[in-house]
Amino acid sequence: MSQQKDWPLWEVFIRSKQGLDHKHVGSLHAADAEMAIQNARDVYTRRMEGVSIWVVESKHIHASNPDEAAAFFDPANDKVYRHPTFYEVPAEIKNM
Amino acid sequence: METIIEKSLEEVFEEKIANDIRIEPKDWMPEQYRKTLVRQISQHAHSEIVGMLPEGNWITRAPSLKRKAILLSKVQDEAGHGLYLYSAAETLGTTRDQMIADLHSGKAKYSSIFNYPTLSWADIGAIGWLVDGAAIMNQVPLIRTSYGPYARAMVRVCKEESFHQRQGFEIMMTLCNGAPAQKQMAQEAFNRWWWPTLMMFGPKDSESPNTEQSMRWKIKRFTNDELRQRFVDMMVPQAEFLGLTVPDKDLKWNETKNGYDFGDVDWEEFWNVVKGNGPCNKDRLSARVKAHEEGAWVREAALAHAQKRAQREAQA
Repeated sequence: MSQQKDWPLWEVFIRSKQGLDHKHVGSLHAADAEMAIQNARDVYTRRMEGVSIWVVESKHIHASNPDEAAAFFDPANDKVYRHPTFYEVPAEIKNM
Repeated sequence: METIIEKSLEEVFEEKIANDIRIEPKDWMPEQYRKTLVRQISQHAHSEIVGMLPEGNWITRAPSLKRKAILLSKVQDEAGHGLYLYSAAETLGTTRDQMIADLHSGKAKYSSIFNYPTLSWADIGAIGWLVDGAAIMNQVPLIRTSYGPYARAMVRVCKEESFHQRQGFEIMMTLCNGAPAQKQMAQEAFNRWWWPTLMMFGPKDSESPNTEQSMRWKIKRFTNDELRQRFVDMMVPQAEFLGLTVPDKDLKWNETKNGYDFGDVDWEEFWNVVKGNGPCNKDRLSARVKAHEEGAWVREAALAHAQKRAQREAQA
């Protein structure tokens, strides 16, 4: 019963300045998207922290399972050759 | 022969704590860890929300437009802090409605400091300087608390909190540099708020049953007594700068411990206020309940409006 009275939960993403990604900053309750954006402005950007806001209802977010994180991210684990530091560059070669 | 030892969920959790790896909402955690956090974070959120009341009391009577704008801004920050914290608590599986219901029924507590009245304008200065100063002392270590969403909320809270303390100090400084009557107002407010502020750090370590486990789980990083000592050491020189007298006859510099010795808090008063018998407990709670009940129609109307609009959009 108490669940139904709550406004839906929204996740808030803010672009702190032009040229940067939107970043998750937190969540809030609002009746609809418009109110969520207004509330996000009041809650998360009182000191010019943002130039753009995204909101998405939390129920639409799908997440990877933390209990399976080890197996899930395993494919990247043994491929050190994907990093430039894997390769030896002779001292004579500058700027590579 | 090779034996594969499966780590239990509990071991994985303990390992993360030991290595200072943050716990995130969907990670497995012991039930008691979850409960402790819900209690602490929701209590913290309630404190921010109830904390708006003693200060809100002075918005219409602030001595100048500048002070009014600053106070409004500060009170709005407190609402924001409450919201960050409620959101952090909700990631642990509780709901906003449940937390608010617990506050209103008296099951959940909030910081006792807000059960004291704000009798003069100087109290607004004393709250910013002392109460927010103590809050910062409590909150800065929480930036490193083991639960991710709580730690992240605290980063934002702490950034905003230092404006609160400085504006309070400025009010005190103005009064202390003013007429004798103003200076006296400041001293009286200081007398009223000093001891209740020391109570904000919670019971003595020897009487704080939750501290040990919370320290082990790295929810808390310092004990109540450690933080209280630091606070006294920080504030006494500031009081001296203002020309105010700390209302404690036992206060004395202790060279060996490189800190102040100070008198014992009136723990009887502390527990009495916690139990609901402080000067303003009933006022504060009834103001919260009234605001919630009188705002119910707005919340319901907004929801009905959103649903109606969504329906219309679906039909179009």
